[in-house]
Amino acid sequence: MTINRRTFLGTSIGVAASLSAPMVMGAGHGRPKVVVIGGGAGGATAARYIAKDSKGAIDVTLIEPTRTYYTCFFSNLYMGGFRELSSIGHTYGKLAADYGVNVVHDWAVGIDRDAKTVTLAGGGSLPYDRLILSPGIDFVDGAVPGWDVSAQNKMPHAYKAGSQSELLKAQIESMPQGGTFCMVAPPNPFRCPPGPYERVSMVAHVLKEKNPTAKIIIADPKAKFSKMALFQEGWGNHYDGMIDWIGADFGGDNVQVDPDAMTVTIDGEETKVDVCNVIPAMKAGRICEMAGITDGNWAPVSGHTMQSRIDENIHVLGDACAQGDMPKSGFSANSQAKVAAMAVRGALTGSKVFPAKFSNTCWSLIDTDDGVKVGATYEATDEKIAKVDGFISKTGENAELRQATYEESIGWYAGITSDMFG
Amino acid sequence: MRYLGGVCAAWVALTGAAFAEEGVEQIGDPVRGAELFQVCGECHEVGTDAAHKVGPVLNGIFFRKVAVFEDFEYSDGIRRARRDGMVWDLEHLDAYLNNPKALVSGTNMVFAGMPEAKDRGDVLAYLRQFSDSPQDIPEAAPTAKPVDVSLTPETLAIVGDPDYGEYLSSECTTCHQVDGDYDGIPAIIGWYDEDFVLAMHAYKQKIRPHPVMQMLAGRLSDEEIAALAAYFGALE
Repeated sequence: MTINRRTFLGTSIGVAASLSAPMVMGAGHGRPKVVVIGGGAGGATAARYIAKDSKGAIDVTLIEPTRTYYTCFFSNLYMGGFRELSSIGHTYGKLAADYGVNVVHDWAVGIDRDAKTVTLAGGGSLPYDRLILSPGIDFVDGAVPGWDVSAQNKMPHAYKAGSQSELLKAQIESMPQGGTFCMVAPPNPFRCPPGPYERVSMVAHVLKEKNPTAKIIIADPKAKFSKMALFQEGWGNHYDGMIDWIGADFGGDNVQVDPDAMTVTIDGEETKVDVCNVIPAMKAGRICEMAGITDGNWAPVSGHTMQSRIDENIHVLGDACAQGDMPKSGFSANSQAKVAAMAVRGALTGSKVFPAKFSNTCWSLIDTDDGVKVGATYEATDEKIAKVDGFISKTGENAELRQATYEESIGWYAGITSDMFG
Repeated sequence: MRYLGGVCAAWVALTGAAFAEEGVEQIGDPVRGAELFQVCGECHEVGTDAAHKVGPVLNGIFFRKVAVFEDFEYSDGIRRARRDGMVWDLEHLDAYLNNPKALVSGTNMVFAGMPEAKDRGDVLAYLRQFSDSPQDIPEAAPTAKPVDVSLTPETLAIVGDPDYGEYLSSECTTCHQVDGDYDGIPAIIGWYDEDFVLAMHAYKQKIRPHPVMQMLAGRLSDEEIAALAAYFGALE
């Protein structure tokens, strides 16, 4: 009989659970080693859960280049003036001090899958028994004609939070009266499906106060987007006439930009703009490609364990992986990290492994105290992570419910960030 | 009687009350579904460049409101379902494929129904591929379903007492005319017993959308529904 990929993946949980006796000793010496690349919602959560639940039996190293990590979720609220930038910045001290995670602030620049080592930009290499990749996204070259990463100061993406968020916010605030803000929205699939539209809401919120005659244009390669009815209702209620969404049916998929001239050409028609937020098409963080575990733009994984379909010693989490139905969100990455942490502990220490279950909720803020949400539950099948059930806020909800939804999102932010960083 | 033998059991399987949180299954096998769809394909198109034929295009059907195309002429029955807020989710699509007129009285879809749950699942798995992915639009329809463990086909085998039905019918006849006239509220006399029972259970389980009927059917016992079916079925 031939063992194909599906048989392997379908049985791997059972194998992990039944081999509870033998402890796999790591890299030939001492405790088994797990290396995690990327300290966001996937990686930080995985590092913390493996360290916490293995009670020191597994040696966990987290590689993350930034010392202060700014969450992409809630960075739109910073842009709208609802949060300080410092309130979405997080450090890794607790992961090191309270959980014993070895935090390395460096770039991973190579992965040798045969030797099972990770090379660091600063020199040296780290051996692993299991590697967890949670590098987030990078942009597809040439996705928006006229734009590349060298133009990101003139036309920011602000889709990795931090200095880009600060730059875009400053540009919006110094727009001339009656000026034009343009967003070039990304094609599917991309990080945070409602994110661009929450951002437009937040930009409109700022402009309504400071620059009420300003205009917002969205050039969108899609004919539909997440929470579309909710956003469009909210834009009508709060920002009537300010926002012009140009979807694929109206040429929004035919866009080029000129960062020097500050022009955007949509379906052949050139427009002079004052601020241009270009969010290009996305792909898995480049380290996945360097590791040779991508298929197209993303790294395919089994939903049962988040193991790469190409290398069973590597798990891929969050935005970078192709897993099935879950949206690319921080909530999803955090949810997937717990499944991966359980599978990794099961494989390395023989701890018990339960069937994978996932969930996600995305809150978005449309204007002050006007919050909406969409959520779903997911489970692993052999083919993919499949959506089982879900809900979405309804149009026409009363103000009290919308305020409660917003307040719920603030509670969630506090919850998930302590789940990630301790 | 001609087509309902297997339908009752399948309907109960579909609408059976309790769902256990013990796992999921795929809706069905989309490859086999593509073959089965050839029957549907006589009237419906799906995929790139699909257009309306005898029936409307089925692209994006999952989670779509009933009867949305302005360029398609729907039956009164389907339009009524739309007014009542029906949405094509998995449950409704499955019920409709099972027996179109048990879900929508007066539908133009001339199709006896697909009694095998597996066949329906396979066709729906095939059609699901032509609707939004939850990865891109999180609120898109599920692509798998919870495993259903509570099934009791006995319910629909109950023989109703027409005298008891006549007594109960007074609540119905406030709105539905006993002589079968239609003035905006559908006639309910002369139905096959099974059709009536299926329809009432569909309201009771909130599969059929109308809120007043959901409320009224919701407090009827299985025996009472059977009794009403026997009574109204005998009227002409």
